[in-house]
Amino acid sequence: MKVAVLKGGRSLERQVSLRSGARVEDALESLGHEVVTVDAGDDLVRRLKHARPDVAFIALHGADGEDGTVQELLEIIGIPYTGPGVAACRRAMDKPAAKEIMRAAGVPTPEWVSFSQTAFSQLGAADAMEEIEALLGFPLVVKPARGGSSLGVRFAASRDEVPRAIVSALSYDDRVMLERHVRGRELAVSVLDGNPLPIVEVRPRDEDLYSYDARYEIGRTEFICPAQLEPDVAAAVRDAAVATWRAIGCEGFARVDLILGDDGPQVLEVNAVPGLTDTSLLPMAAEAGGLPFEELCDRIVELALKRSRAAA
Amino acid sequence: MTERPEHEPAPAQRPQTPARQRRAHTTARDLERYAGLFADRTKVMRSSAMRDMMEITARPEVISLAGGLPDTSTFPSDSFAAQMTRIAQESAAQALQYGPTEGFARTKECIREVMGAEGMNPDPDDIIVTTGGQQALDLITKTLVNPGDVVIAEGPTYPGVLPTLYAYEAQTLQVEVDEDGMRVDLLEELLDRLHAEGRRPKFIYTVPSFQNPAGVTLSDERRRRLVEIARERELLVVEDNPYGLLRYEGEPEDTLYKLDGGDFVIYLGTFSKILSPGIRLGWLCAPPPVMEKVVLGKQSSDLCTSTLSQYFVDEYFAEGRWMAYIESLRGVYRSRRDVMLDALERHFPTEATWSRPEGGLFLWATLPSYIDTTDLLARALRDNVAFVPGAGAFVDGRGQSSMRLNFSAANEDEIREGIRRIGRVIAEQVELYGALNRDAEPAPREESGPGGEVVPMRRRPGSR
Repeated sequence: MKVAVLKGGRSLERQVSLRSGARVEDALESLGHEVVTVDAGDDLVRRLKHARPDVAFIALHGADGEDGTVQELLEIIGIPYTGPGVAACRRAMDKPAAKEIMRAAGVPTPEWVSFSQTAFSQLGAADAMEEIEALLGFPLVVKPARGGSSLGVRFAASRDEVPRAIVSALSYDDRVMLERHVRGRELAVSVLDGNPLPIVEVRPRDEDLYSYDARYEIGRTEFICPAQLEPDVAAAVRDAAVATWRAIGCEGFARVDLILGDDGPQVLEVNAVPGLTDTSLLPMAAEAGGLPFEELCDRIVELALKRSRAAA
Repeated sequence: MTERPEHEPAPAQRPQTPARQRRAHTTARDLERYAGLFADRTKVMRSSAMRDMMEITARPEVISLAGGLPDTSTFPSDSFAAQMTRIAQESAAQALQYGPTEGFARTKECIREVMGAEGMNPDPDDIIVTTGGQQALDLITKTLVNPGDVVIAEGPTYPGVLPTLYAYEAQTLQVEVDEDGMRVDLLEELLDRLHAEGRRPKFIYTVPSFQNPAGVTLSDERRRRLVEIARERELLVVEDNPYGLLRYEGEPEDTLYKLDGGDFVIYLGTFSKILSPGIRLGWLCAPPPVMEKVVLGKQSSDLCTSTLSQYFVDEYFAEGRWMAYIESLRGVYRSRRDVMLDALERHFPTEATWSRPEGGLFLWATLPSYIDTTDLLARALRDNVAFVPGAGAFVDGRGQSSMRLNFSAANEDEIREGIRRIGRVIAEQVELYGALNRDAEPAPREESGPGGEVVPMRRRPGSR
């Protein structure tokens, strides 16, 4: 089979994407597929139309690759692709939108508010700080509304720190989300075709919880898989993840990030194209669940073809 | 423009080998195993976020004011061709052979010519030809620094020296810089403090002329004092002078090496900014006992500097036009600097301050403290323009609201447009911050210096 691996692109997660893509290529080649590598640029569509692959493996993270844009292009030129569809990608990428869907589906997620840049610059949103403080408390977390990484994510311990954090977050997107900070254990549940893989616990070794780098540099973060949890807690975590997967409308594979606080699991976000590098959580979970990386990739491709056949 | 010699041949002309032949079975566990083998010094690596941003910076649609590249497009390609042909015809066998570790005597004569142009007259035996100025930095650090040793640098310092200092596990302390270069009074205070703790810095690293990144030049008075301090306390100063001949206005200052006579000052030079960075040719001048160890260090690193490059430099200097080329570079860079200063005046908000370099390749701009220039770079890249965030020039998190701007690599139109775009995103953040602090006063203004345009580089409280 001819598989186009889409990687790289222009997002701020380019390096991670290149690593994900390279690993996927190796796996697909060892499975005997013909691999065409595509670094996503302005010739993406042309190259895909020329190569005519049987399926496109999307290993792009961040803007374009994870927000439904590339998926939409693949739909229109009729090439089956891996992972969630256009609408699910769009919902997952937009954190406040995803949280609204979770809340409607009864999935616990930390309280939040979200504003556009113009809300501050033209509508005086800053005057609502008192109400925001009452709703979220301190410390709170400020994030760009879209973006798959921790870039632009800041803690604000007091009201004074909020403006700076908002300016930072709005460097990455034109909307910002302020979220209640939930203290607890950081967990990730990878879901493959609706089924949860073993839970991974992420323990940053540094104090700096939201250091973007720490997540991808070996030795800086400790991963425990399967996470050591009481059976009923683990079940609650898995249920929350699968409920999120369903509510967002994911297909293929995705990763749900949660915090396990005093009141049980709370879902933070869904990654429609989670990392597939040597240190990424989804491959780790798959391996712990008895699914080596090659088989994981095989499964992901198979699911993509199954979906396209069903649609035809 | 004629063909640029530095371009590689099109990949299609090369024999096609399969692109990737990697093993497919690296797992997280394997990586943990390798991680257990890594030396401590590898822990300090540049962040992947910065790597991503810097890679985007290199895209053709991005106006990059981030690099430190000299403009090699003005180098006459016909004379380059003639020189290389002459080498091929007359000295192919020698030019393709190993050379002496210290470098060829003829290359050292070229170096003496360059240093002579700044009033220095080193003994050829005190010179070693290195693979770029960067290797000179590496060799001197390798020669002098044990893990944990103190090295003093300027704050901000040349970002490229930091990986070297990390690699040899130096403890780097930084001394603030103002418009007259390193605050030598603060240096003395620091030296006293270290002395009281029984610690002796291995060397003081400085770029006294048109400093990278701050663009400032150490005043004559401070130069003299620095050399005195080194002599009184028997400390080594490493003077890195890549840009000394790229002065666009004002009178040249004596180099530290000239003032000191080469006893306590180790001098680093390079052909990168006056000829070509691609030939990777720099040098180091040190007193004989230090030189002896540096030569041993060089042997272990790479045996000798590229013979071919040294032959090229000899040929080039034999033509006798090297100073004329520098003169032409000065003309190009001077007007690019002026365009940048003018654009800054026009497009940067009043809250910003910046240095006004008399030479070199860089200036340093400081924004209100609530703007983080790493985040700002992400925003600026959305508008296809790039600079270097200031934090990379410090070891301790300072410099977060500063940026380095290069004016040698982009043409005048690009500089104008680039500064306009950066100014626009800064204005956007200033306005936003103002809107977020409505019940407080308008955005706090950084007090600017009396002249307005010259930058007092303030000590940033709250670092560490």
